[in-house]
Amino acid sequence: MARLKTIARRTFLIGSAAIAGGVAFGYYRLRQDPPNPLLKGLKAGEAAITPYVRVDAKGVTLITPRADKGQGSYSIQAHLIAEELDVDPHEVRIDPGPPNPAYFNSRIMDDSLPFTTIDDGIMARGARGGGEVLSRVLGMQITGGSSTVPDGYRKLRMAGAVARETLKEAAARRSGVSRSQLKTKDGQVILPDGKSVTYAELAVEAAQLAPVTDVTLRPEQEWRYIGKKMRRIDIVAKSTGTQQYGIDIRPDRVVYATVRANPGLGGTIKRYDASGAEKMRGVKKIVPIKDGVGVIADNTWRAFQAAAAIKIEWNDPPYPADSAGMWKVLENSFSKDLLDSRLRNDGDVEKALTGSSKPIEAEYRTPYLAHAPLEPMNAVVLYTKERLDIWTGTQIPVFLQGHAAKLTQLPEEKIYVHAQPIGGSFGARLDDTYALQAIELAMAMEGVPVKMTWSREENMGHDYPRPIQLSRAKGTVREGMVESMSIDMAGQSMGASWFNRLQAPVPPGPDTSSVNGIWDQPFAIPNFRVTGYRAKEMVPVSPWRSVGASGNGFHHGSFLDELIHAAGADPMAELIRLCNHEPSKKVLHTLRDVSAWKGSRIDDRRARGVALTLSFGVPMAQVVEVSDTPQGIKIDKVYAVCDVGRILDPVNFEAQVRGGIIWALGHAMNCELTYEKFAPVQTNFHLFEAMRFHQAPDIIVKGLELGGEVRGIGEPPVPPAAPALANAIFALTGKRVRELPLNKSVNFA
Amino acid sequence: MQLTINSNRYDLDVEPEMPLLWVLRDELGISGPKYGCGAGLCGACTVHIDGTAVRSCSINAGEVRGSITTIEGLGTPANLHVVQQAWIEHQVAQCGYCQSGQMMTAAALLSKTPDPSDSEIADAMDGNLCRCGTYTRIHSAVKTAAQMMKGK
Ligand code: FES
Ligand code: FES
Repeated sequence: MARLKTIARRTFLIGSAAIAGGVAFGYYRLRQDPPNPLLKGLKAGEAAITPYVRVDAKGVTLITPRADKGQGSYSIQAHLIAEELDVDPHEVRIDPGPPNPAYFNSRIMDDSLPFTTIDDGIMARGARGGGEVLSRVLGMQITGGSSTVPDGYRKLRMAGAVARETLKEAAARRSGVSRSQLKTKDGQVILPDGKSVTYAELAVEAAQLAPVTDVTLRPEQEWRYIGKKMRRIDIVAKSTGTQQYGIDIRPDRVVYATVRANPGLGGTIKRYDASGAEKMRGVKKIVPIKDGVGVIADNTWRAFQAAAAIKIEWNDPPYPADSAGMWKVLENSFSKDLLDSRLRNDGDVEKALTGSSKPIEAEYRTPYLAHAPLEPMNAVVLYTKERLDIWTGTQIPVFLQGHAAKLTQLPEEKIYVHAQPIGGSFGARLDDTYALQAIELAMAMEGVPVKMTWSREENMGHDYPRPIQLSRAKGTVREGMVESMSIDMAGQSMGASWFNRLQAPVPPGPDTSSVNGIWDQPFAIPNFRVTGYRAKEMVPVSPWRSVGASGNGFHHGSFLDELIHAAGADPMAELIRLCNHEPSKKVLHTLRDVSAWKGSRIDDRRARGVALTLSFGVPMAQVVEVSDTPQGIKIDKVYAVCDVGRILDPVNFEAQVRGGIIWALGHAMNCELTYEKFAPVQTNFHLFEAMRFHQAPDIIVKGLELGGEVRGIGEPPVPPAAPALANAIFALTGKRVRELPLNKSVNFA
Repeated sequence: MQLTINSNRYDLDVEPEMPLLWVLRDELGISGPKYGCGAGLCGACTVHIDGTAVRSCSINAGEVRGSITTIEGLGTPANLHVVQQAWIEHQVAQCGYCQSGQMMTAAALLSKTPDPSDSEIADAMDGNLCRCGTYTRIHSAVKTAAQMMKGK
């Protein structure tokens, strides 16, 4: 990671060469796969045939390097390998593996590129290739952006096939029967005479062979797992309280710790007085850390109590102290010198606006939002002069390893990251501040494992949120149709803030995140313009489930609905008429039929709203149905239709869609972070509640498999839910709510 | 101080105001009950005291009267409680972090109200947050568990 910046600069050049269509030598060289990390440290009798399969006398271990935050990534990765390897994913060991560039994510940069994720033109493909090379060189072993499935769909099956054929080759040599006559089943190679030999028994011989790489993937008619209902590999553990998360690790001699860092994110510490805290029961040590102070004790609760008793003075961070001041910054950012992007400029918006007697104008706002996963940030760290061991849930293990090496001055190969299952993330563990704090504490307790846990209050205040966004929109309608739409968006750059914190190069070019979900939408409005203005950085921010589109879907989907109503058109019919992307159009047609759409008003108590957002390559359209009750507005039903190319596991697919919608609707209803004296006012779940059980609607999910590229489904359900809900509220009440959360303007039951 | 947890008796030397959750997790290594909010707002720490669902983060260890059951005492992978069976059947869990608490709340509901109506389910489950949004499957699983109990 120390070489990161220089390498990156060089790689961008190479990447650019690829974008221009020229394929440089370096490009090819960089295309080579990094060496298999499992080969290092193999013991006698163990074979690591590909970076994803390890076999030893005890059996098979599948390596699933993408973090599991609840989205089921361990399970789907294991099933993809198993599909070709012929093992039962429930019967083998699963290991997230070490942090290593071999596990780079070829698709993680897609969302930062100024091409729509469905654009398949030469420039877009070139840029994606550049993104892939960059990711490969930086060893971007990142989990996010709904990329686990697109990245692994072929790669993991190939890994399974290579391992299978290599094991067969070992059996062939042993038995003298040619490989083509051998079959495999349930972790065994089957000989023509019906005798079998287990993979485990072949480990030693397989380790001597060069992997067999002339393999072809099985045709889909032969699939055992893909496309059928899968059983999650962790479902029994998670249904019996026996799943161990990072927060449950409790090594011998462990001590318990917590920290208090400046509640104004990015601000430093002036001084502290721990004289009272030091004397409290169980306290072992008070340790100054970057921007704060930590307490090490013999019990987490005692550490919490002592931390709360420390008197601390903070230095203010360099941005406005309260929400009003922050919004002011955005309000003042619509200026020429802050113009950042104009990724869409169809027709002539100005002409349409000046030619209309009644242009429609509106301003939309989306708030800062915390990820607030239910498992608070935590890490267990054991530091010695020779090595550092970190047990934690992380979406960025390679970055963590690099940051830890810098902090401890140990070489990277002495940093062992043991990735743990995660109790929800939604983007929170794309940062590693908490783990670095734990390392600082562990360095003060050499040889003793330190378990650091953030209190919920610390977590709410130190969750790098989704950025606030302010849009100014204008549009015109003519003859019952939408004629023009212009959206000017001001926001701070998520990418700049996050990549800088990771000490990674900020992707060059426009800040796509602040306009994704708007400029790239599949609607052929004759005059359509999207302009991004880059506000200065304020609260440090990070990706939040579905990233830029998460908030932008609301700006776009609401204002488009506003124009459609002004035109007097039916929202569903007009979206279909405007749509110029075949899969998206099929999604809308299906949604119209599945929801039996007959207009946005059902009766005098019930109404509906519709929205479509294309994000991460997935067109996702939703109808939200609301009713007026004496307790307030109730969300009765949601219909969701999308196209993901192919559904790998219908059980988890439905879970992700429903979960994403509940996530999006809950936050749209009642969540925001507002700031006073640099810190969020929302300190716990009573002020950041999202959806509760009694509010959960019926959710009818229909996934289309139109046969295009296979896509992930963690992110795409989120963006259209908030606008579909706000559009339903408009249809019900006549009130156009242009700011989230909606409960500032209406009451919910 | 003495506590009975999952039918075992424990002698403890902790201050009476330590919340039960931290006695379970840090003093005894019983990690099924989870820390989510520490303030009775999320339900992740739910246990039973004499069969009643209680937020273990919000009751002091010194105030506990009665015998404590955690998710570990409700059932095990080899000997599942009906609620756990139903949870597996419906594949409720995503991250799973809230689910110990969800199942403890559901089990307490069903032991008192074996055939709950939709609104009784909603009332009982409303205090358990799930950030992953598994509510619709929780609802189905509670219904299934109620059916399974009838069949017994
Ligand atoms: S941790 Fe007890 S209710 Fe949240
Ligand atoms: S399953 Fe993740 S919080 Fe409920």
